[in-house]
Amino acid sequence: MLRALLGKSALFVFLLVVLLGQALAQDWIRTGTNRGAPVRLAVPDFKAATTEPQTAPLNTTFNQTLWNDLDNSGIFEMVAKSFYPLQNPGSPNEVKLDAWGNPPPNASMLAFGNLGVTNGKLAVQGWLFDAKNTASPQVLGKQYQEAATNDNARLIAHRFADEIIFRLGGGIPGIAESRIFYISSRNGHKEVWVMDYDGAGQQQLTHLNSIALSPRISPDNSRVAFSGLSNDSWQILMYSMDLGRLVSFQRFPGGNYSPAWSSDGTKLAFSSSMRSGDPEIFTVDATGANPKRLTSFKGSDVSPVWNPKTNGQIAWVSGRNGLPQIFLMDADGSNVQQITSEGYAVSPSWSPNGLLLTFAWRRHYGPGAPGGQDIYIMNIATHEFVQLTHDAGVNDFPSWSPDGRHIVFQSTRTGSEQIWTMLADGTHQQQLTRDGKNSMPNWSVK
Amino acid sequence: MNRKRSLVVIVGTLALLMAVSGCKKPTPPPVVKTPPPEVKPVTATLSANPGSIERGQQATLTWSTENATDVTLQGQKVDPSGSQSVSPTQSTDYHLVAQGPGGAKEATARVTVAAAAQPPANNTPTPTEEELFNQNVQDVFFDYDSAQLRSDAQQQLQHAAQVINQHPNWRIQIEGNCDERGSTEYNLTLGEERANAAKQALAQAGVSADRLKTISYGKEKPVCTQSTEDCWQRNRRDHFTLQH
Repeated sequence: MLRALLGKSALFVFLLVVLLGQALAQDWIRTGTNRGAPVRLAVPDFKAATTEPQTAPLNTTFNQTLWNDLDNSGIFEMVAKSFYPLQNPGSPNEVKLDAWGNPPPNASMLAFGNLGVTNGKLAVQGWLFDAKNTASPQVLGKQYQEAATNDNARLIAHRFADEIIFRLGGGIPGIAESRIFYISSRNGHKEVWVMDYDGAGQQQLTHLNSIALSPRISPDNSRVAFSGLSNDSWQILMYSMDLGRLVSFQRFPGGNYSPAWSSDGTKLAFSSSMRSGDPEIFTVDATGANPKRLTSFKGSDVSPVWNPKTNGQIAWVSGRNGLPQIFLMDADGSNVQQITSEGYAVSPSWSPNGLLLTFAWRRHYGPGAPGGQDIYIMNIATHEFVQLTHDAGVNDFPSWSPDGRHIVFQSTRTGSEQIWTMLADGTHQQQLTRDGKNSMPNWSVK
Repeated sequence: MNRKRSLVVIVGTLALLMAVSGCKKPTPPPVVKTPPPEVKPVTATLSANPGSIERGQQATLTWSTENATDVTLQGQKVDPSGSQSVSPTQSTDYHLVAQGPGGAKEATARVTVAAAAQPPANNTPTPTEEELFNQNVQDVFFDYDSAQLRSDAQQQLQHAAQVINQHPNWRIQIEGNCDERGSTEYNLTLGEERANAAKQALAQAGVSADRLKTISYGKEKPVCTQSTEDCWQRNRRDHFTLQH
């Protein structure tokens, strides 16, 4: 048995790797994403504070969203509601801490509060109590007020969940307000769509009526770069989230694919055949000016991604040695190294801390070869890797969440391409899309 | 010269053909609930020799069927087995339908007609530029994950280049395509390399590069969607279109 610690300096992504069996068998690897036991968190439904007819449905939305956000975070053991005392506290003076801190709930932490609608305004009060600290239990107390809509009930739940996750999750901001950009062909053409991180609020952005691929949201959430078929050529196109429409961007000769933002938003890397006719990796300023060619080797070069911690390295996919493999180079094109050396490896994405890559890999290639195309993560310093999906369709286009705890990806396991999320240890796999075909997810950076 | 096209045999669905059979026969068997257990299945084959002719030449269609009571070729009733000479003026799909108590079977054979070196008769219409282009600049196919031109593709492109050079007004788009396997982004660049390979070969054979435009469709525009080697091969191709 081998135990290896990946990403020592990562605050959270702390992977305990246990190889079961010898390397010649398919490597089934277990990972845990936690230091010690997860926090036992009890979240009774918020109490209705008013009798307005809107209160009950908004409270239902709020309670479901809050519970899902906290459960999805991967850092809590959610105490099942069947263990809760009969009375849900709506405010601190209604809390009987002993009843929550002792068995059967035996909660370490308690999140509770109340929600009411008055004159079209939705008001929420929420608290986080340390159930074991009877002397000074309050960790957090928050108040929110927004127009009384279902979306705002979700928004407030997301914000309160993120506050709790920030406090109890090592100071890493939660992702409940992050979004996922993706491609959907449910209306007939492949277009860029966006949804909340939990799959809610799916919304079409572009209307090219041709083919849109590879959407990548800018670090400040203002623009989506993507590759689109425009006037009979593949161009890097730009959609403004602020203006709600396409904005002009430099056109280049040849085919231009798979844009990627540097994490400071000043540069884009992409694949282009603008010079030689052969697809190579280029970088340009965010305006599209100053194209610089980084690779020059016969064979496909595509899918570049910047190390978000340093912007000093780019990982990408190259077919220069035959089947596509993951490569790494400095952002000026020097120090090229090959990261994978077997099978078919594509679609790299960096972890926010810059230490790990996730990518899609068919490790054994050829007729009758075992295994499928699965999502892996690899420590770029040691090249140790962990397989996250097993025996479930063709999996591709993993993209890391801003907190480093989650990965979104596409999978055909239900029979058609759909978007799924999971914790970065491969657990908690959840399907987000169901209408039409959905692919190429890209998680916003915040 | 023209590549001989492989024969395509289309197997219709049993349900559809039973319905057709039921329409034509005065006393249809109870086809829906329980098909008669002892009925022998209908078979049908159809071939054309040669599969590719020049205008004015003849090809022979040969067919055979088993257990069929009603056999039609191009809608005309024919013997259960036989042969027939044809002389189509343009590429034609011949369609054989055999029906019997055991169901129905279809078979198709194509006779591809190329422009004759010298038109045999004055009243034969000359092919349009589009027809000439489609007859002489045909799809070339690739091996898996490869953008290398195979020897059959090189021969096709040599021939295509000769014809293109005779038509200096032609401007051509070369469209690289891939099969459904593998990653969307990687396949876009692979398709681009495939288009490029044909462009280089045509340029080396004397076609001016500024008449040739390349584009990749990756795996976005498949001609078939089955997960079979046959379909994958049909999609791993360069397609050529005449630009107007």
